[in-house]
Amino acid sequence: MTTLIALIVAAVTFGTVLMYGTLGEILTEKSGNLNLGVEGIMYMGGAFGLAGAFYYEKAAGELASGPAAISIAILSAFAAGMAASLIYSFLTITLRANQNVTGLALSIFGTGIGQFVGEFMRVSEGGYVALSNNLKESFSATVFPDFMIKIPFIGRILFSHTIFFYIAIVLAVLMYLFLTRTRYGMYLTAVGESPSTSDAAGINITKYKYLATVIGGGISAIGGMVYIMTTAGCVWNHEGLSGVGWLAVALVIFCMWRPLNAIWGSVLFGAMMIMYLRVSVPFIPTELYKILPYIVTVIVLIFTSMRNSRDKQPPASLGENYFREER
Amino acid sequence: MEENYAIEMKGITKRFGQVVANDGISLAIKRGEILALLGENGSGKTTLMNMLSGIYQPDEGEIYEDGKPVYIRSPREAFSYGIGMIHQHYKLIEVFNATQNIVLGLDDGRLDLAAAAKKVKEICSRYGFEIDLSRKVYEMSVSQKQTIEIVKILYRGADILILDEPTAVLTPQETQKLFTVLRNMKKDGKAIIIITHKLNEVMEVSDRVAVLRKGKYIGAVNTSETNPQMLTEMMVGHSVSLNIDRPVYPSPQRKLVVEGLTCVDEEGITKLDSVSFTANTGEILGVAGISGSGQRELLEAIAGLYPVKSGSIRFVGDDGAEKELVGLTPKKIREAGVGMAFVPEDRLGMGLVGSMGMTGNMMLRSWKNGRGALVRRKEPENLAKNIMEELDVVTPGIDYPVRRLSGGNVQKVLVGREIAGEPAVLMTAYAVRGLDINTSYTIYNLLTEQKMKGVAVIYIGEDLDVLLELADKILVLCGGRVSGIVDARTVTKEEVGLMMTEYRPEEGRL
Ligand SMILES: Nc1ncnc2c1ncn2[C@@H]1O[C@H](COP(=O)(O)OP(=O)(O)OP(=O)(O)O)[C@@H](O)[C@H]1O
Ligand SMILES: [Mg+2]
Repeated sequence: MTTLIALIVAAVTFGTVLMYGTLGEILTEKSGNLNLGVEGIMYMGGAFGLAGAFYYEKAAGELASGPAAISIAILSAFAAGMAASLIYSFLTITLRANQNVTGLALSIFGTGIGQFVGEFMRVSEGGYVALSNNLKESFSATVFPDFMIKIPFIGRILFSHTIFFYIAIVLAVLMYLFLTRTRYGMYLTAVGESPSTSDAAGINITKYKYLATVIGGGISAIGGMVYIMTTAGCVWNHEGLSGVGWLAVALVIFCMWRPLNAIWGSVLFGAMMIMYLRVSVPFIPTELYKILPYIVTVIVLIFTSMRNSRDKQPPASLGENYFREER
Repeated sequence: MEENYAIEMKGITKRFGQVVANDGISLAIKRGEILALLGENGSGKTTLMNMLSGIYQPDEGEIYEDGKPVYIRSPREAFSYGIGMIHQHYKLIEVFNATQNIVLGLDDGRLDLAAAAKKVKEICSRYGFEIDLSRKVYEMSVSQKQTIEIVKILYRGADILILDEPTAVLTPQETQKLFTVLRNMKKDGKAIIIITHKLNEVMEVSDRVAVLRKGKYIGAVNTSETNPQMLTEMMVGHSVSLNIDRPVYPSPQRKLVVEGLTCVDEEGITKLDSVSFTANTGEILGVAGISGSGQRELLEAIAGLYPVKSGSIRFVGDDGAEKELVGLTPKKIREAGVGMAFVPEDRLGMGLVGSMGMTGNMMLRSWKNGRGALVRRKEPENLAKNIMEELDVVTPGIDYPVRRLSGGNVQKVLVGREIAGEPAVLMTAYAVRGLDINTSYTIYNLLTEQKMKGVAVIYIGEDLDVLLELADKILVLCGGRVSGIVDARTVTKEEVGLMMTEYRPEEGRL
């Protein structure tokens, strides 16, 4: 029983990282932009998030407070992600460069920048970059009081997670409401489905695409920061972060571009990714575990295309650039 | 004069690279008037209208609304000037329902779909539309989609309406309904520009006709003072004869025998009910019927694309041997010599690759015949050149992406390629949809040519007049059943019309 609970808690921890990556990419893809640079964006989010918190503590010294550090980490990661996707947006929306190529380039560029910033901090700070234990605590502490966590079974499953998990859930719900209940969400969906139709209907395509892609990139980047500040223990760890962005891209497909699915989807993917640590079966190499999420995604793709439901398809213009006078 | 024009375009020029789509065009329309815009495929009609709706910007020239100069930089600005356009290829979001599509792009306050739906219903009852507002677009028929497009621009308060080939995919009944609506709107004082290739419609609904030819403005005439022959000559630039030859093939033989063909769709509805007929070599078998009476299913069943419940379809070889086609794959059926040129509503969707040129698209059909891994370009290139010349495809070259061609020219490429496949049985459905009158006749002549080569032609068409002139025999479908097979040389239009609506199997069997 305790193993199961421990597994779930660990799955949620890793799932939180994925949830940000996925939610951001859902928003981006809803506008018809396939940003394959998530991997790079999350690297940058991780490095800049850590840098934000670290230099804040260095400046504030004893006075550094947990909530402030968390906010600064979120904001730095968000800004880094926005900057990266702004480059992507400019290239694909304004200059109409190929989205796949641009995304892959951003992926390489972003991992490079992330690495550079992480290593630069390490070297310039004399070998070791870490927050003080106090601040570390506040990143991995839960927001709920002790007695709630102590409720048998559900206490730990529901209430023992970091604040990032709960923010992500609120974000998912907000995004769901935005997409289904508001005019702007509906127009964003329309832009992703058919830019030419939306354009003829008088919607400002460029604005929607830019905003969705830039904000989406910012959200994805938070995921990288969450990984570094929780799982990795507030030190730069590029190995753990590698592949997470790609997993988020797969998860977007798995979730069928629906933010609410991202909640359980990312926890499920999180579970699959950490399973090898907890449930080891002899003779099965851990790499096999790691391909599990991708296999599941392929299976989901096969099922949905077999059922051929029009409502469960990717945004129809995904990956295509729009130019009004082209036909 | 000047002050009562709703819209006046002066000296409009538009170029796409080396293509001059519009060359110094001037055009004007008054309120309370229906203006028909006529011209061959690729003459620049859509381009000209796209400049009114803000999709394109003119390179030269001015536009005036009620005498004041206006600059329409985007579709949004077009709305603010009261201009709304229904495009040749519908612009609707497939996964949205009717109401969502109608309010798309408007930003007046909170999103209130219920209130919007109420306003939409008002518009519908005012002009006599029937639409199910909660239905998703992908579940709708073409005419329903078109209704939404019209309601969409009315909802925005447009009083200058542009309709680009609205009747190309409608049945005659639906067309009549549309015309009633247009007349109502005209009475409301709206200015309406309609593009169509069907001259009888022009004569019926318009007040004035403006003609374009190869990007240039030829002139405008009052509808009451003109006739189809004169309009055709204005369009083409020289006199043409609008007659179809119907030579008799000396020795017809059975080529395709269909017996008791029954097809049921996924929902269990019977689409074809024991259909039997024989298609002979050297004969054009016309298929008439109200749209949705099973025409499409018939062709698809023969081509192996639609499941057959019972019955048989036999292909008669030159030696008289019969071969059963039911149960064969589409590829095998094609190899047996049954070709199908089905022109769907979405022209680019059916077997053309938009980003490739004509040559590339010819190769799609022929590459399988080549030996080895290398493709041979010579043959497809010649074929593309042939089609371009014979059907007058307006394109800068055979390697120009077909997506950029005008709607009608895309269609010519599609039809030309199918005919070039030299099948023993050639099936076409709606082959002249969206084609200008001159090209339509070219296609009719091509079909007749094929027939005289001993091909069995099955032709599904919407225009009864043409069917009566072109076909040798007419098979009339009514609700999936054959209500008669008649001799096209002796039957009258009224008789066929009656058979289309009433199922009377005893009469007129050949
Ligand atoms: N976006 C574009 N890019 C390149 N060429 C274009 C574009 N739009 C139109 N053209 C060219 O301009 C010419 C006029 O096209 P247009 O679509 O206006 O013809 P049309 O009169 O509407 O013909 P149809 O009756 O076949 O629809 C064509 O030769 C077409 O290839
Ligand atoms: Mg056109």
